[in-house]
Amino acid sequence: MNTRAPARLTLGPLLFHWPPKKRRDFYYRIAEEAPIDAVYLGEVVCSKREPPFARHFAQVAARLQGAGKEVVISTLALVSCAAQIAAIRDAAAGGALLEANDVACLQLLGGAPHVVGPYINVFNEGARDFLIARGAVRIVLPVEMPLASMRTVAAAAPTAFEVQVYGRQPLSVAMRCYHARSHNLTKDHCQLVCGLDADGLTATTVDGVRILTINGTQTLSHGYGVLLAELDSLRAAGVTHFRLSPQNLDMVRVARIYRDLLDGRLDAADALPALRSMSGDLPFVNGFLHGREGMSWR
Amino acid sequence: MSPRYLELVCPAGTPAALRAAVDAGADSVYCGFRDCTNARNYPGLNFDADELREGIAYAHQRGCKCLVAINTFPRAGAAELWHRAVDRAAEAGADAVILADIGVLHYATRRHPGLRRHLSVQAAAANAPSIAFYRENFDVKRVVLPRVLSVEEVTALIAQIGIEAEVFAYGSVGPMSEGRCFLSSYLTGLSPTSEGACAPASHVAYIQQDGRLLSKLGGTTLNSFAPGEPAAYPTPCKGRYVTHGRASYLFEEPVALNAVNMLPELKAAGVTALKIEGRQRSKAYVSRVVGTFRRALDALARGAPAAAALDELKLEAEGGRETLGAYHKGWR
Repeated sequence: MNTRAPARLTLGPLLFHWPPKKRRDFYYRIAEEAPIDAVYLGEVVCSKREPPFARHFAQVAARLQGAGKEVVISTLALVSCAAQIAAIRDAAAGGALLEANDVACLQLLGGAPHVVGPYINVFNEGARDFLIARGAVRIVLPVEMPLASMRTVAAAAPTAFEVQVYGRQPLSVAMRCYHARSHNLTKDHCQLVCGLDADGLTATTVDGVRILTINGTQTLSHGYGVLLAELDSLRAAGVTHFRLSPQNLDMVRVARIYRDLLDGRLDAADALPALRSMSGDLPFVNGFLHGREGMSWR
Repeated sequence: MSPRYLELVCPAGTPAALRAAVDAGADSVYCGFRDCTNARNYPGLNFDADELREGIAYAHQRGCKCLVAINTFPRAGAAELWHRAVDRAAEAGADAVILADIGVLHYATRRHPGLRRHLSVQAAAANAPSIAFYRENFDVKRVVLPRVLSVEEVTALIAQIGIEAEVFAYGSVGPMSEGRCFLSSYLTGLSPTSEGACAPASHVAYIQQDGRLLSKLGGTTLNSFAPGEPAAYPTPCKGRYVTHGRASYLFEEPVALNAVNMLPELKAAGVTALKIEGRQRSKAYVSRVVGTFRRALDALARGAPAAAALDELKLEAEGGRETLGAYHKGWR
């Protein structure tokens, strides 16, 4: 699968807690306008965010499928209670294609075809082969993985591989809610304060450097992970799916830029200023792919 | 001898620490090889194959078990090193290996079916279906539970899993789901998951500036201390960050877990073994902490209270401060 399989553009799960209507309308516009092949719906960070969007979920999924897009249901990165387990079991029983982000989901799927998400560690051929044998049809490689490792893992394997190429990079998940903590609240009484920050809450060092982004129980990079000139190397390595992680800006335009890049209608050198113009002075990072500090850029 | 109350599993970062832990009353010690196959890959620590053989002999002669942690995630193309580590642990007579990576677990299960396998905390198995996955596929006999569960959750989980549970009782606490935290590599480029070193000392600096001491990791300032304030080590999840215009310990305070006063609750929860964290700590630390827990467990086994002389542990805590961590629900 490492010789120029068609490059698929995907929209990763929305990691932030947006108001239900904003979230719904975001996906409606993606359905109508974005040159995206697959869309991941579903909540990865916190199950308390699910009820407000639940009444729109089926309609959004139908609209996306009606527009010809594959819909994948992402599941929680850290499963912690019986209700969450039951919800994953129900989703699996419904026959939808799931993205497993906690090993619990792999167990609940019982070998049914699925996507292995970036929160399950697949760093080597041994883990890859074991998971493919148990039904993985696509593996989203960990954000930390360097290109040299991708060449080894994605080469000559009978499955698809996905890499995030745009958006803040997920760096950790926890039981504790840092968003609540920053408001002197606890997780059990959080008042969903994560909803106040559509693009996450910036955490700055004590000497004024913006470094991390808090998103509920999740910690993201402050800088956007952006891979542009690297896309050719990723394709040559066997990567088939290219993930855009939704940020609070015009994701349709981002998708068009990436589609043009993948189709050879746009150069990385031209894509970079176009993307930068959309996100102000926000730093771009790509260090992980080059085996360096994740926060670095070259 | 009274029946065992809870198994006391103790850190052995060096051969000297191993002997100190055994002498102080450890039921089991855990250690790793001197390379990136274990999650405490720091200079001056760990064992080569000969040291491991000698350490296991020392432990076994005194009725103590030896567990070998091979609990990082192999880099692509490099799994051979991890496989050889499992082979060497088996050859040396280890009582169990502590593993996290699915590929390494698969290898150990096929190649060394008789070698007992424990699931490392680095696998972040915090729920019953995850633990069932590892039990069914790799026949793990024990899970080391993540340090993120309350006592109520530990109790409920143990009732469902059908294998032994080991929990952390003392030492450093990390608030993140372990084995999949990339904060340190985001700042330093070195991966705790594959290279076994979170916040490596080679990337740490302390700098005086405007009358304050700044601690840095990979060039990023993680804390600022007033004169006289104890300067904690710059681990990314223990730093001070500014949100809403206010600097705070956003993730976790520089505190140490101490569950010594919760031993009856943990026993009642169905816990099999207690883990003392600290392979990077000194031999003297290991002696004092292990000795204190030994006395507490022996007292409880006799039906006496555990309270005797527990204050001495406070001296060992990071910054002298202690927490019950996630064991109490308000932690979240």
